Amino acid sequence: MNPLTELTLSRHNPLVDPTLHVWQWQIPIYLFLGGLVAGLMIIAGVRLIAIRPTQREALVCCTIGPLAGLVFLSLGMFVLFLDLSHKLYVWRLYTTFQITSPMSWGSWILLLVYPALAANALAHLPEAIPALAKRFPVLIAWSDFILSRTRLVVAIGIANVLVGIGLGIYTGILLGTLGARPLWNSALLGPLFLFSGLSTAAALLHGILVLTSSGEELPAFADFLLSSLTRLAQARPLDQKVAPVLAGADNSFLTIELGLLSLFLIGHLTSTAVHQQAATLLLSGPYAAVFWIFVISLGIVLPLILQTLELQNSIRHTLAPALLVIFGGIALRFILVYAGQQSHWFHALN
Amino acid sequence: MMNLSRRRFLKIGAGTMAAAGSLDASLHVLAGSGKPAARGTRTVPTFCNLCFWECGAIATVRDGKLWKIEGNPLDPLSRGRLCPRGTGGIGAHFDPDRLRSPLLRVSERGEEKWKAVTWDEALSFIAGNMQKIKAEYGPESFAAFIHGLGGKFFKQTLRAYGTENIAAPSFAQCRGPRDVGFTLTFGDGVGSPERTDIENAQCIVLIGSHIGENMHNTQVQEFAAAVGKGASIIVADPRFSVAASKAKFYLPVKPGTDLALLLAWMNVIVGEKLYDKEYVDKYGLGFEQFAAEIQPFTPEWAYPETGIDPDLIRATAREMARYRPATLIHPGRHSSWYGDDAQRSRAIALLNALMGSWGRKGGLYIPAGMEIPGYPVPPYPKSEKPPVDNPNNQYPFADEAISTGIREATLTGKPYPVKGWLVYATNLLYSLPNQAETIRAIQNLDLFVVVDTIPSEIACWADIVLPESIYLERYDELHSEPFRQPFIALRQPVVDAPADQKPNWWIAKTLAEKLGLGAYYPWKDIEEYLAARLKAAGYSFEDLKRDGILPGPQRPIYFEDGAPAVFDTPSKKIEFYSAQLQKAGFDPVPKYTPPEQPPQGSYRLLFGRAPTHSFSRTQTNPLLMDLQNENSVWVNAVEAQRLGLKSGDYVRLRNLDGQVSNRVLVKATERIRPDCVYITHGWGHTSRMLRSAFGRGASDSQLITRYKTDPLMGGTGMNVNFVTLETEV
Amino acid sequence: MSRFAMVIDTRRCVGCYDCVVACKTENGVPEGYSRDWITEEVHGAFPTLQMEIRSERCNHCDNPPCVSCCPTGASHVHEPGGVVLVTHDKCIGCKACLAACPYNARFIHPDGYADKCTFCIHRVERGLDPACVSVCPTHCMHFGDLDDPQSEVSQLLNSRPHHALLPEAGTKPCIFYLT
Ligand SMILES: Nc1nc2c(c(=O)[nH]1)N[C@H]1C(S)=C(S)[C@@H](COP(=O)(O)OP(=O)(O)OC[C@H]3O[C@@H](n4cnc5c(=O)[nH]c(N)nc54)[C@H](O)[C@@H]3O)O[C@H]1N2
Ligand SMILES: Nc1nc2c(c(=O)[nH]1)N[C@H]1C(S)=C(S)[C@@H](COP(=O)(O)OP(=O)(O)OC[C@H]3O[C@@H](n4cnc5c(=O)[nH]c(N)nc54)[C@H](O)[C@@H]3O)O[C@H]1N2
Ligand code: SF4
Ligand code: SF4
Ligand code: SF4
Ligand code: SF4
Ligand code: SF4
Ligand SMILES: [Mo]
Repeated sequence: MNPLTELTLSRHNPLVDPTLHVWQWQIPIYLFLGGLVAGLMIIAGVRLIAIRPTQREALVCCTIGPLAGLVFLSLGMFVLFLDLSHKLYVWRLYTTFQITSPMSWGSWILLLVYPALAANALAHLPEAIPALAKRFPVLIAWSDFILSRTRLVVAIGIANVLVGIGLGIYTGILLGTLGARPLWNSALLGPLFLFSGLSTAAALLHGILVLTSSGEELPAFADFLLSSLTRLAQARPLDQKVAPVLAGADNSFLTIELGLLSLFLIGHLTSTAVHQQAATLLLSGPYAAVFWIFVISLGIVLPLILQTLELQNSIRHTLAPALLVIFGGIALRFILVYAGQQSHWFHALN
Repeated sequence: MMNLSRRRFLKIGAGTMAAAGSLDASLHVLAGSGKPAARGTRTVPTFCNLCFWECGAIATVRDGKLWKIEGNPLDPLSRGRLCPRGTGGIGAHFDPDRLRSPLLRVSERGEEKWKAVTWDEALSFIAGNMQKIKAEYGPESFAAFIHGLGGKFFKQTLRAYGTENIAAPSFAQCRGPRDVGFTLTFGDGVGSPERTDIENAQCIVLIGSHIGENMHNTQVQEFAAAVGKGASIIVADPRFSVAASKAKFYLPVKPGTDLALLLAWMNVIVGEKLYDKEYVDKYGLGFEQFAAEIQPFTPEWAYPETGIDPDLIRATAREMARYRPATLIHPGRHSSWYGDDAQRSRAIALLNALMGSWGRKGGLYIPAGMEIPGYPVPPYPKSEKPPVDNPNNQYPFADEAISTGIREATLTGKPYPVKGWLVYATNLLYSLPNQAETIRAIQNLDLFVVVDTIPSEIACWADIVLPESIYLERYDELHSEPFRQPFIALRQPVVDAPADQKPNWWIAKTLAEKLGLGAYYPWKDIEEYLAARLKAAGYSFEDLKRDGILPGPQRPIYFEDGAPAVFDTPSKKIEFYSAQLQKAGFDPVPKYTPPEQPPQGSYRLLFGRAPTHSFSRTQTNPLLMDLQNENSVWVNAVEAQRLGLKSGDYVRLRNLDGQVSNRVLVKATERIRPDCVYITHGWGHTSRMLRSAFGRGASDSQLITRYKTDPLMGGTGMNVNFVTLETEV
Repeated sequence: MSRFAMVIDTRRCVGCYDCVVACKTENGVPEGYSRDWITEEVHGAFPTLQMEIRSERCNHCDNPPCVSCCPTGASHVHEPGGVVLVTHDKCIGCKACLAACPYNARFIHPDGYADKCTFCIHRVERGLDPACVSVCPTHCMHFGDLDDPQSEVSQLLNSRPHHALLPEAGTKPCIFYLT
């Protein structure tokens, strides 16, 4: 047959035509928060196992992180709920388990996230927030209960790591299994979102450390923006042990993320015309500007450079890399969700 | 009585709508002659009114609410399947823009300011003014435009009143030229439904007949069947129509040059002796003169005119001959194109004659009808004046009233003044060319009555508008047209009218009574009338109510099966050379005159049908609007690129007289010649009361300010307007 | 077992939308939505053109990604016949199935649940053809059982060249277009 000249499609179903846009801001935000929580869990789990009851510097990872994770998770689920168009039936998720459906997996994983995160947070809660422990002494009892049982601590740590990995990969698989959208057709989306989640989590924790560091080490612009917050936490100095570790970890995550992203795109570019077309959406198509500027340059490369300099002690630790990485993580989810919906098997035709 | 400005009218329209909603709810309880509405479904056979094909249908009511309508399998026209418009016809019942009560104009004509009046007030007003016109000018000065079967009783009332000046756009604006061309040749027209044996044809030639977009149901069904059987299809059309996409040969003919193509085809067929000699010898007259006349018109001669390669002309001529007599050169239907249309149609008739296809299987069969005696009425008064539409027999071969002729007489007062119009079921501002002329004619009237179902453009100019119930809410005259298989069909109410709408028979009968002509309506209601007519024909009304269709005895429809080979021409032969044309000063064998060409930078405006809509009458039907809610202008892709236009852009069309259309979507497409543009008819409504249609798409009718009148029969060729495209900013 | 399928003859189809409007009335598809639609595919340059007109809808895929991605089991395969259906009161409106369908055959009904062609299972189970099939004026649509070699659909597929839509998407569509 001759090359296609015209394709006329008579259909105007809302959210579907002329291009699919069934998922709007809620889904990328949800995926971002999911990834972030996954990252927080993994970091928290690792730290919980690594530091053991004796070491108490890295509370931010083991307590603040999981607590924040609980909030973000709830926020994410709320946002997801907002996206449902048949809200009254949401309970239907929990009357069944659909083995082939990542979303079903996800909904059950989300249920596991809460206790795992909560247990992790509880372990060191009294040290992290003494005021709270004073008001609710039971927290101390629970903490003691956990910390006095090494195997339980390890179990909680491992649970967080495993559930975290599951959650992180799930946020990518959710899209990756939707074969109808060529851009998403990649098993790499799971690891990509996992590492992106890890990098945003590390960045967030690093940011919290920066924020909660003592006055003189506080970067001026953050002080300006967040003075009230910092004053709350002025008592604690910047943890010189943990912050570099987090920054270093973040750099590794970012590097892996960049590598995965490259592989993901190379995979598409070496695949069928349809997939090439899909990758082109990001590389030179309508999403290229956002992709190159916000995802790659500002979201990955610049924070990598900044954190490297921080680690070499060439510059002070600031909030900037954290904000950039988080913003980059959000941008990545938005761009993949939107461009993915636009990518289509028919698009290779015209 | 209330005085309503247009805005308030809209409000009240909406108010009555809401009321209608609850009315509808109560109808659930009351449906079925006062009995409580049965839960569940019931079906009612009737026939469709979305176009003039009148397909037999069965409507289903579920829990008291109109649910769906399907074809009646007993009906030879629909064969159990409706076309998209028919299937969506139920939307007409739910149409939120419907007229709800009689409206009397309270301001200048055309300003759309009305007051709602009762039927009694409305009909007394009309009767009073009609009597005045009769007294002052004579009854012939009251003219009517009546289109379709529902107009039967209005015609009856008007004939009783004393006028025969009744026309429809179906002649001079539609199939008139075709039927005149065929009658001149074979002594009979093609009719509606057409006598085309598409189903059995092995070669079908379509000259602009865009079957598949033109959704005349049986035609489409048979065409698809023929395609399925592998019939050879030849399509000549400036546009790559849907039918063209099924064709073995597509001829992208230059608009207006079909006659040259037809002459060249006949030249080849006669020159190569490919015609049916036996048939021509047996039934034809004047073949030798005809052959001599067409001798110069070789494919090479036709090439520069038509743009069609001489080899392609020869190949297609031979293809036609290969399958004769089962070769059907489709006569088309809407044939009022360029002003030479009766002669072009005659050429089509002659080509069919050469194929020996008239009266033969796979050609044009001899349809069979049914005898149903009319209900006896007193004799109509004899008119003293000649028909007003065709003074001095100016168009000698017009065998029906010329709508534009009545308009002309209304404008000029010649041959005598026309002071009143009744318009039933025709939107004259959309169906007649040159809207300004129609409006000027209206300004000469003392009384202008419009009977419609929706506030159409023409209704907006009326003095008084009468709301008719739609076809699913009423009985109508019996339907029985000669066809392959004779039949009688019944239209009967499926649901009640939602407001104060009335059926045509009631309006016409009540008006007659007010005019003192009650004697012409000796029956109580239409059921009595229908029962009596059927009884006289030997059938039972109850059977017809149950089945919707009564099949008649099958009769032979082909010569070979014994159908009489009768030609009702003066010579009783197929007239290859027409003495009557010669006598009247016309070409006895068609001759080609090249059409005027579009000036530099402009395009010929062509128009046609969208499968989902009928003329200007379906653009408020919510179901059909959901399929297509505006038209688009087809522009050749290369031209579009040159103009910097792409599909999805909006433009306006400006014709040479400065008329500028509504904004309209561009369809940049390979499917059309570069010298013309194409839109589907019926869009760009200007009546504000047609809320869902107002301002959507472009109106061909608005842009057809020029027309060329066919000298034989007064048809108005409308494909003679040129437009430029203006980018919408 | 049976495997319902549609075979549509593109040589006969004229793109009239009758199938679309019949579906709307039969199934009460709300204004502004459609379960089936028409696609016109044109190849070539004027005047040497080819056009394929297709009536499209959910393909009731043999390997339906819309079912496998559904977290609640609302999207399911109905047997006998392998018809892909949505149970309204199990659907949460997560739209995963919309994103999973390469044909964009689904939409969110104004009442919130995912909706699409049902193969008119309510008619088929009463021995009728789907509404779109039974209305089509060109008789170009055929509905039947692929597992029955005697069925019209099987015979048509055996005797005529045909194609399905996006076979490369791996969904194993069960609507076939005769060419
Ligand atoms: N520019 C242009 N002009 C044309 C054509 C064209 O394609 N382009 N086509 C020509 C052809 S082929 C034809 S046949 C004519 C058709 O010309 P018309 O018959 O005038 O067709 P419509 O424009 O649909 O107008 C019909 C009117 O009748 C009303 N109506 C519909 N049903 C009923 C009913 O049951 N009762 C009553 N009382 N009213 C009803 C509708 O609301 C509408 O206002 O137009 C011809 N004129
Ligand atoms: N869906 C639908 N179907 C309808 C109707 C409707 O309103 N809606 N109306 C019905 C009625 S009453 C009628 S009369 C018919 C009208 O339908 P037809 O008789 O089939 O056709 P026309 O409207 O005369 O012609 C339109 C076609 O002619 C082509 N054409 C234009 N100019 C030329 C030319 O110079 N030469 C050639 N060879 N082709 C040309 C156009 O490209 C277009 O394809 O449709 C009937 N069917
Ligand atoms: S052709 Fe279509 S619109 Fe016309 S009468 Fe038949 S079903 Fe109705
Ligand atoms: S009803 Fe039939 S001919 Fe019309 S568009 Fe649908 S499939 Fe094609
Ligand atoms: S066409 Fe789409 S909705 Fe239908 S079964 Fe296949 S994937 Fe599911
Ligand atoms: S929208 Fe409904 S049917 Fe579709 S995947 Fe979600 S729950 Fe299942
Ligand atoms: S099978 Fe039924 S539901 Fe599916 S498109 Fe046809 S009419 Fe609509
Ligand atoms: Mo017509």
